[in-house]
Amino acid sequence: MVTLLASILFTGTAYAMVLYITAVGLSVTMGLLGIANLAHGAFAMAGGYLMLLFIGKSGMPFGAALVAACIAVGLVSVLLERLLYSRLYAAPELDQVVMSVGLIYVSVAGAQFFFGPLPHSLQLPAYFQGQPTILGNFSFPVYRLFLIGFGLATFLVLLMGIERTMLGARIRATVDNRIMAQAVGINTRRLFTTVFALGSVLAALGGGLGADMMALTPDYALAHLVYFLIVVAVGGLGSVRGPFFAALLLGIGDSACRILAPQAGAFFVYAALFLLLLVRPHGLFGRA
Amino acid sequence: MTDRDSAIDRLVGTRRLRPIEALPWVIAIAAYFLLPQYLQLGTQILYTILYALSLDLLLGYTGIVTLGHAAYFGTGAYTAGLLAVAGWHEPITGLLLAMAVSGLLGLLSGAVILRTQGLALLMLGMAVTLLLYEAANNQNAITGGADGLQGVEIARVFGLFAFDMYGRVTYLYALGVLFLAWLLMRAIVHAPFGRSLVGIRQNPTRMLSIGVSVYRRRLVAFTIAASLAGLAGGLAAQTNQFVSLDALSFDMSGTAVLILVLGGPGRLYGAFIGATILMVAQDTLSKDDPIFWMFWLGLFVIALVLFVRGGALGLLDAGMSRLRKLRGAP
Repeated sequence: MVTLLASILFTGTAYAMVLYITAVGLSVTMGLLGIANLAHGAFAMAGGYLMLLFIGKSGMPFGAALVAACIAVGLVSVLLERLLYSRLYAAPELDQVVMSVGLIYVSVAGAQFFFGPLPHSLQLPAYFQGQPTILGNFSFPVYRLFLIGFGLATFLVLLMGIERTMLGARIRATVDNRIMAQAVGINTRRLFTTVFALGSVLAALGGGLGADMMALTPDYALAHLVYFLIVVAVGGLGSVRGPFFAALLLGIGDSACRILAPQAGAFFVYAALFLLLLVRPHGLFGRA
Repeated sequence: MTDRDSAIDRLVGTRRLRPIEALPWVIAIAAYFLLPQYLQLGTQILYTILYALSLDLLLGYTGIVTLGHAAYFGTGAYTAGLLAVAGWHEPITGLLLAMAVSGLLGLLSGAVILRTQGLALLMLGMAVTLLLYEAANNQNAITGGADGLQGVEIARVFGLFAFDMYGRVTYLYALGVLFLAWLLMRAIVHAPFGRSLVGIRQNPTRMLSIGVSVYRRRLVAFTIAASLAGLAGGLAAQTNQFVSLDALSFDMSGTAVLILVLGGPGRLYGAFIGATILMVAQDTLSKDDPIFWMFWLGLFVIALVLFVRGGALGLLDAGMSRLRKLRGAP
């Protein structure tokens, strides 16, 4: 019983960290840019596949591949923001949704063309492969311990960054009131590009680190989209703190469902979500 | 004539049938005689039009952007399919039941979904579809799971016309259902209720302040749209004599949105044009290489959003007004 609970908590927390890293990027870009970027998962997928490429083809070490993948995705995202997204900031929601769906289709087709339809997962380096046994007969894979640590670190860095730095202050100001922020001299256009790139890099980070738990398939952007959206909607748009707790709830709840009632799939997760949004339409941590 | 009179005149005028509105039906009947080898594709186009038309009430008229409309199409399809498998072969009551079940689902899920807006609304719509998808996938014994529901046998329509192997009866049956649904949709969007939906799309706050119960009207629209999507799904199940899990997929939801964007949302005929273009293109292009199709469809849609707002009908309008301007100028 204790082992079962520990297992649920541990797996759930590691999963939650991956969800958080990817979804917080979405939360910040959506909160600031006001754009329904449903293709966010495509950036995560790109990060994962690029790491696969860098490690497999050019034999880069794990850490270097992660950094390289993040930089590559960040550069592409700047290009996409300037070419596509920036034209739709003031457009109706429908246009934004349709463009995201178009991007998702392109990403699915592209991934299938280059990497085939079968799921891939990353080859972890030797130092991540251990499973020390703590707590009686239950063993914790080292890599998942690392994920939990990394997720926590990301959370703290983002929190400090948003609350203590100038960039963070600018972002908060612009989320609250774009026109006022512009009036006091913030270059919102450049800020938008920066934040979009930041969100995409976070997605790539989550996609690359999480490939162990969320296998890379061509339909990655679609398969995980609803979970990213849940984290953002429950955590509150534009927030860094809310999604962290939302991701924890979702990650642990989802693992509990999968381990305790595997037949029901994600049924209880969706049911809980419905009840939650019925009571609090703006999420647990969101502002009305 | 005062402004008020002309406004009323214009409103009443749009309700009157114009000759051009006969065009889709003339084409559909001509296709029956001229393209007998394509009747199967034709039937698929007809129920897809109906499905997209049902979404138009939400997307185009009421302004509810949802990516979960497949839930109601799929529910209708499985209702009609399961009825036939269970021994209820009569098609018309089957369709009515499919409508009723989907409408009920629309009412229940809409009551929750419509409390939210924007992102949360999108997500809840998708969650409903996913929930049903998982349920249909898990209950192998009932739905056939990933293999699809087989053995959907349909009795003669009106006890007279059996579905033949050439698809003639199937095509005419689908055409008849679409025609009736179109009459209904046309009546709804031109009725005061339909006009109030447009008002809600344009400015919900103002509608609220002139005393319209926005939530309730949106819920009624959602329920009607869900039951019409269920009708389309039921029609698909009966005419294909098969229901696949794809009926509940994200693709199915996305397709309806793309069709409306392609044809022009909020125009009643956008669904006709968009569905025909998309289905014919898909039939010719995606046969050999589905990945290639998906890639170009994605790019095409992005270009459409960036450069051509309002779809095919919007383009037509722009062209017509330019022509009129040219003619008007001396």
